[in-house]
Amino acid sequence: MENAQVEKAGSLLEPLTDSDSSGQKRHFRWRSHLESILIPIGAILVSLAAFGAFCALAGANPFAVYASIHKAAFGSWYSFQNTLVRAAPLMLCSLGTAIPFQLGLVMIGSEGALVIGGLCATIAALQFPTASPLMVQVVMAGVGMVTGGLWLAIAGGLKHYRGVNETISSLMMNYIAIAILNQAINTWVRDPSSLNKPASYPIPDEQMLQPLGDTTIHWGLVFGLVACLLAWVLISQTTLGFQIRTIGGNVRAAQIAGIPVGRITLITCFLAGACPGLAGMVEVAAVHGRANESLNAWYGYSGILVAFLARHNPLGCILISILLGGLLASGGILQRDQHLPDAAIMVFQGLVFLVILFSESLYGRWKIFREVES
Amino acid sequence: MIKRSLICLLVSLAALSSTVLADDLTIGFIYVGPKDDYGYNQAHALGAASVAKLPGVKVLEEANVPETVAVQETMRDMIVQDNATVLFPTSFGYYDPHILKVAKQFPKVQFFHCGGFYVVGKHPANVGTYFGYIDEAEYISGIVAGLTTKSNKLGFVAAKPIPQVLRNINSFTLGARSVNPAATVQVVFTGDWSLPVKEAEAANSLINQGVDVLTCHVDSPKVVIQTAETRGISSCGYHASQAAIAPKGYLTGAEWDWSHVYGMYANEIKAGKSLQDGSIPHVVRGGLKDGFVKVSDYGPSVSDKAKEAAEAAKAKFMDGTMVIYKGEIKDNTGKVVIPAGVEMKQKDPELEKMNWLVEGVLGSTTS
Repeated sequence: MENAQVEKAGSLLEPLTDSDSSGQKRHFRWRSHLESILIPIGAILVSLAAFGAFCALAGANPFAVYASIHKAAFGSWYSFQNTLVRAAPLMLCSLGTAIPFQLGLVMIGSEGALVIGGLCATIAALQFPTASPLMVQVVMAGVGMVTGGLWLAIAGGLKHYRGVNETISSLMMNYIAIAILNQAINTWVRDPSSLNKPASYPIPDEQMLQPLGDTTIHWGLVFGLVACLLAWVLISQTTLGFQIRTIGGNVRAAQIAGIPVGRITLITCFLAGACPGLAGMVEVAAVHGRANESLNAWYGYSGILVAFLARHNPLGCILISILLGGLLASGGILQRDQHLPDAAIMVFQGLVFLVILFSESLYGRWKIFREVES
Repeated sequence: MIKRSLICLLVSLAALSSTVLADDLTIGFIYVGPKDDYGYNQAHALGAASVAKLPGVKVLEEANVPETVAVQETMRDMIVQDNATVLFPTSFGYYDPHILKVAKQFPKVQFFHCGGFYVVGKHPANVGTYFGYIDEAEYISGIVAGLTTKSNKLGFVAAKPIPQVLRNINSFTLGARSVNPAATVQVVFTGDWSLPVKEAEAANSLINQGVDVLTCHVDSPKVVIQTAETRGISSCGYHASQAAIAPKGYLTGAEWDWSHVYGMYANEIKAGKSLQDGSIPHVVRGGLKDGFVKVSDYGPSVSDKAKEAAEAAKAKFMDGTMVIYKGEIKDNTGKVVIPAGVEMKQKDPELEKMNWLVEGVLGSTTS
C-alpha cells in the first residue's frame, strides 16, 4: 500500500526528472527537500508557542506580542529596513564560520577578523584624507578584507601546520584582536579630542559609504548578499569547492588524492576571514566613521549562531540573518508596547536557537520524508 | 436650545483639545544596560519614572540598546512609530555619530544627551547636552571615607582612565586627604564599563591588601559594594544608592538626581520652550547646589565626626565657596599640575580633559 503510494508520487514528479552523466534517470529528491523546509518551520512554530507561554506568564497577551514582533520586523517597508540593516553584518560574519566548516573546521573567529578589518581599514583611510570617496572606499574594503582574511588564516595555519585546535585558537585571537583595537585607539591612532570614549581620528564625512537611495540601508547589505552568493557558488559549483568539501569529508583521503590540503586550508580560511573583515570596514565606513570600542558589538558571535542554524549553507545564512535581524529589530517594541523586560527578546532568541538545534536530531526520523529508491 | 447645544459642543471640543494637547508630550528614554543595575542606568530610569508621573507626559523606555546602528533604529522607531518629540538617549557613546545623525533627519524632535560635548555651529540645533558635577559628591564621600578608615588605605575600582573617571578618583582622594592626610587611594582599572568578574577580583585583591573602604566608578557598582559588604568592610556608592545591598557597611555615596533634571526639562518643554529657538540652552551643567547630584543618606557606621565634616563641606558647596581644584596640586608622579594660586572652578574646560592622578593615588593612568 505504502509502496504503491510512493510510486504514484514518484510518477507524478516524472517531468521534474533529468538525466545525469551516466544516462540514468535521477529523481528530484522532493521528500528530503520538504523535510529540510518543514522541520525548520515547525521548529519556529514550536518556539513561537513556547515564547507565547513565556509572555503570558510575564503578563502580556501572546497574540499581541506576535503582532508586535511582526509589525516591528516585517510589517512594513519602514520596519523591514530596520531588519535588513541589522541582518547585513550577520550575513558577512556568519560566513567566517560557515566557510571553514566545509573544511571540517569549527572557527569562531569572526569577531576578531571584524575588529582587525575595521581597525586596519580605518588606518588605511586616514592616510588619504583628500582622496576621492570611491578610491578611499575601495582601499578600505581591500585592506579590511585582506587583514581580516590574514587574521583567520593564522588560525587555519596553526591548525594545519602545528595541530592547534582551531576553535580555541580563533576564540583566543578574538581577545587579542580586541586588545589590539583598545591599545590602538588609546595610543597610536587616538584622536586626542575623543575624551571620554577613546577613538581614532574620524574619516571625513564625504568619504563615508552613503545609504542606498533614500533608505536607511547601507552597502553592507549588498556586500553580504553578494558574499553569501559567491560563497555558495564557490563551495557547491567550483573545483576548489569540491576540494574543500573533500578535505572536510576525509582529510586523509584528500591527501592521498593529491589535494594540497595546507594551501587550500589557508586559502579557505583567508576567504572566510575576508567576509567579517569587510563587515568591519562597513561598520566604520557606513556607521561609526572612526574606529572605537563599538566595533566590538558581538556581530561575530551572533554570526556563529547564524552559521550553525543555517547548517553552514551560505544561502541559508541569508535567510537566518534576516530572521535574526528581525528578532533584534523587534526587541524594542516588546519593551515599548508590551512592557516586557528588555531580556524578553533574548529569551525568544534563545528559545528559537535551542528548538532549531534540537530539531537537527529529527532529520531522518519520519518515514514520510524518506526517499524511495526505485 | 440650539445655542445651548452649541455651547455644549464648544465646551466638549475645548475639553477634548486640551486633553489632546496635554497628552501631546511623548518622551523616549534609551539605556545602554538594564534598568535595575543599581548604577548608571538605574539612576536614569529613576529620573524617567518621576517624569512619567507628570500630568500629560507619556514616557517610552528601551533598555540594553548597544552603541551601534541599533540605537539609531531605536530613536527612529520612537519618533516614527510612537510619535516621541523629545528623546533622552543616555549613554555617552550614543552621541557621536548616532544622535548627531538621527537629529539631522528629524529637526523638529529635541535630543538631550547625557555628557556629550556640544559644538556650536557644527552640531544640529535640536541637540542639547546635560551633565552633573558628580565629583562634588565624590569629594564628600572621600571625606567620610577618610574619617572612617583605620588602615588609611582606601580602594577605588574604576572602568577606564578617561577624564570623567579620573576626575572622580581625584576628587574622592582630595576629599579624603583634606581630613586625613595619611590616607591613600589604591586604584584598579578593569578596562571596561561592565565586567562583573574583573570587578569582583579587583575588589577582593584590594581588600586583601588591607583596604577597608571601597568605592568604584563602573556602570553597575553592585558587585563591588556587595563584595565589600560580604568581606566586612565599608563602602561608598556611585550612580544610585546601594544602601539596600550593603546595609551594614554602606557609608554614603555620590548619586545622580536625574528626576530633578528631567522634571526641569519636561516642564520647560511643556511651557513651549525648545532647543531650536534657543529658549533651552544647548549645554546644561550643575552640581550639588543645582540639584543635579546628591549625597546618599549616611549609613549606620558613619561617625558623628565624619558626618560633621561632610556636612560642613556640603554647606560650602551649597553656598558656592568650595573649589576642589585649588593650587598647588601635584600629580602622583610629583609634577605640579595646578600651580599655587590657580583655582579651577567646576566649569573650567581644562578639568574635562583631566589625564592625571592626584598625589595620594596609588596607580597609573596607563595601567
